[in-house]
Amino acid sequence: MKAKFIIPLLLFIVLVGFLAVGLNRDPREVPSPLINKPAPAFKVPQLADEKKSFSPEDLKGQVWVLNVWASWCVACREEHPMLMELGKSQVAPLIGLDYKDKRADAMEMLARQGNPYNLSAMDNDGRVGINYGVYGVPETYVIDKAGIIRFKQIGPITKDVLDKSIYPLIAQLNKA
Amino acid sequence: MLKKILSSLLLTLFVSIVYADEATPLATDPALEQRLISISEEMRCLVCQNESLSGSRSELAQDLRREIRDLIRQGKTDSEIRTFMVDRYGDFILYRPPVKPTTWLLWIGPFVLMIAGITALLMYLRRRNSQVNSTALSDDENKRIDALLREDK
Amino acid sequence: MEYSMIPEIGHFALILALCVSIIQGVLPLIGAQQGRREWLVLARPATQISFLLLAISFGVLAWCFYVNDFSVLYVAEHSNSQLPTVYRLGAVWGGHEGSLLLWIFLLTGWAFAVAQLSKTLDEFMVARVLGVLGLVATGLLLFVLGTSNPFERLLPAAQDGRSLNPLLQDPGLVFHPPMLYMGYVGFSVAFAFAIASLLSGKLDAAWARWSRPWTTTAWIFLTLGIALGSWWAYYELGWGGWWFWDPVENASFMPWLIGTALIHSLVVTEKRGGFKNWTVLLAIMAFSMSLLGTFLVRSGVLTSVHAFATDPRRGIFILLLLSLVVGSSLFLYALRAPKSTLGGKFSLLSRETLILMGNVFFVVAAGSVLLGTLYPLLIDALNLGKISVGPPYFNAVFVPIMVPVLFLMAVGPWASWKTTDLKTLLKRLWIAAVVAFIAAIAIPSLMGEFTILTALGFLLAFWVIASGVLQIIRQCKVGMPTRSFIGMQLGHMGIAVFVIGVTMVGAYQEEKDVRMAPGDTVTVGGYQIRLMGVGPAQGPNYQAMRGTFELVRNGKVQELMYPEKRNYDSSTMPMTEAAIDAGLTRDIYVSLGEPLEGNAWAVRVYYKPFVDWIWGGCLLMALGGLFAVMDKRYRLRVKK
Repeated sequence: MKAKFIIPLLLFIVLVGFLAVGLNRDPREVPSPLINKPAPAFKVPQLADEKKSFSPEDLKGQVWVLNVWASWCVACREEHPMLMELGKSQVAPLIGLDYKDKRADAMEMLARQGNPYNLSAMDNDGRVGINYGVYGVPETYVIDKAGIIRFKQIGPITKDVLDKSIYPLIAQLNKA
Repeated sequence: MLKKILSSLLLTLFVSIVYADEATPLATDPALEQRLISISEEMRCLVCQNESLSGSRSELAQDLRREIRDLIRQGKTDSEIRTFMVDRYGDFILYRPPVKPTTWLLWIGPFVLMIAGITALLMYLRRRNSQVNSTALSDDENKRIDALLREDK
Repeated sequence: MEYSMIPEIGHFALILALCVSIIQGVLPLIGAQQGRREWLVLARPATQISFLLLAISFGVLAWCFYVNDFSVLYVAEHSNSQLPTVYRLGAVWGGHEGSLLLWIFLLTGWAFAVAQLSKTLDEFMVARVLGVLGLVATGLLLFVLGTSNPFERLLPAAQDGRSLNPLLQDPGLVFHPPMLYMGYVGFSVAFAFAIASLLSGKLDAAWARWSRPWTTTAWIFLTLGIALGSWWAYYELGWGGWWFWDPVENASFMPWLIGTALIHSLVVTEKRGGFKNWTVLLAIMAFSMSLLGTFLVRSGVLTSVHAFATDPRRGIFILLLLSLVVGSSLFLYALRAPKSTLGGKFSLLSRETLILMGNVFFVVAAGSVLLGTLYPLLIDALNLGKISVGPPYFNAVFVPIMVPVLFLMAVGPWASWKTTDLKTLLKRLWIAAVVAFIAAIAIPSLMGEFTILTALGFLLAFWVIASGVLQIIRQCKVGMPTRSFIGMQLGHMGIAVFVIGVTMVGAYQEEKDVRMAPGDTVTVGGYQIRLMGVGPAQGPNYQAMRGTFELVRNGKVQELMYPEKRNYDSSTMPMTEAAIDAGLTRDIYVSLGEPLEGNAWAVRVYYKPFVDWIWGGCLLMALGGLFAVMDKRYRLRVKK
């Protein structure tokens, strides 16, 4: 009979436990349901040459990285040095997806800051982005030889993410 | 002749004034809009702090609403449209949590709480009635206490 | 460059207040435990000095805003020289640090009131109550001074401040947080009384008697605060919603639900000596909910439009504070509660049982809201994914729980204490049942659309109203009703009025999204709204496009309405100021959207029947509380 009086305290301790764990989580981050699922197909014009198009099909058989960016995106500038490094390392083709942008602005930014991409494709109306579950810019995907999405980075790529997640994953996927 | 021209001119003017104008709905298809609203009201705007997809003015929300309109025009059911969104953004986009094993506790919880509460109450009442001898203050005692309290500063 | 020293006074006052609070918290409690009178008597003066120091500190912060002292970081972040004076003062609590200072200021204010109005209370009890309040204040002051100091300097000072979020530049900001905090913080008094009783080992009816007016007063403020917030969201946000089950809204609603259970439970404990343990637990829970709410809003664990800018350090600190305060209280409860005695006997059908049943439903409701609010966090913490729990869930869950409550509300007052006879109840209530059924069928039919949910809403609302009217008639035959009785009637009627408002608006509102050029008319709810034109307008710190609309009914122009689209100097996002023509039976709501080609504008109009009954009902509830508090029993004797 006496034991029941301790129930409120016990429930409270459990609650605090969850709240404590919650402090370390970001409630606004949306994890992707597309991990380990095929990268959605699309065909869009390239940034540099409108007459040419790009499709994920083009890269079947290779491990590659898709980076969603835009000239109007402030956070993209943060990750630009990392992208340059990734691009130079040549471990995998780096494809840019220019999201809801103006061609002139995008070209200008690449010219000014440097172009890390093998090529950039244009997603003018954001439809490709929606199919990839893009909700903010920048976002980056690592896609394997079979065209399956294996990793998604939400937000700018940091040195940490590059070294601890992206490089090792690409190496691993290349071996397969 | 002039009179005829003048009077037809006047008539046209009159008619156009009278027909000023019941405002046209913004949406080209109000029925579609209604469906859009009811579907998007139960979805979350992913870039807002906590707003529905229906009301948000953000660009992503506008794009997603455009997608939903297209899907409605293609004849998709509400359920198919929800699946479309969840496939891309996960369950997070739904304001009405889907019923799956991870949310059983959520959906059943209140009901269980209710049953537990009422059961506990009934058990308590039964047990109590067999235990109690009156220890409540009687009206007399209450009055005495009041009097005593009033005497104090 | 000379910087004012005045902010430092505010800072110093806080530091002093911390020292005094420690004294106020520690010594009287030990004194009461060990019977040391010299320490007991420190409680009142310490409380008075605490309050004075917080008043100074708060006054200083307000002064800094008033004179635009941008050498104070908090002022620079939330104010601006172009900001109208009244909003400069509201901005004092527009951000985390300032609102926390308001919290503590009000806490010491309540403690001060208790100190002043408890002259007839046993001095051990006083010492304990004020001691507990002192400990809570200590914790919060440590938090403020450690992580959230509003007097932090910005040197060199900013030329001008960043200004206040335009959404907050509204009279609602001036009243809503202070009202809300008065409620939140006010529950600390019931909490302190509960803890004091547990500490003394004396859980008796006298404690309930003392707690009741304080708790009811806090409840009144909380009711008003929540209602204000809801009303403000309605007219400010531009899309006519009035409750979104947003985590921060829930954070204020949960204490209200528990608080309502508490004020009813206190009645039984005071009158019949029953439910002592339960009432104490409720008192602890109510304030715990307040603290939990404070944590949720400021820690970043939940997404909300209301959330303050977050800092994980702050989250950890509040969580620690929350754990300490609530954890130790519940521990004390586990230790001492078993020792209390039972109250009077009552049978299965009695007023006591009905109140207790109502309590259960309120607690289940609060628990459900808590479950829904925290569930995403729970799932995420267990690495089971990310979900959202929004209005569809809460509406589906909350409404069914409230149905039995509304039913009981009409029955309870007819039941006698100790035992009541079913036949008598039926005899008293059958008329009310008939009225309710008639309303449930007639009103939806009159309005043109009948659904079960709508009928249910009217059924319950009129059940409560009819029962109340019958009670009043019966009581007046016997004699002059007490204030307590009037309070109860107003409180219950208030809920019924609220339900009518919600049902009407939910079922019968009309909305039209149209393209309008000057001369165009849109018809909604039997009204014609004609656009006369849209032109530029200028405000103290914004530019706007202002529309002029005629509101016409039966061919007569009733009103002119001026919705605006504002561009504040300090913000890039345009703000919609809707124009509302409010009335007893309906609101007409006009919102200006985007400009379109051909001199036209996107316009949204709403017809919202009886929407003001939602907040009217809340006002009635608060008024009911006021009557209850002013009952003769609580009147103080003024010695000449």
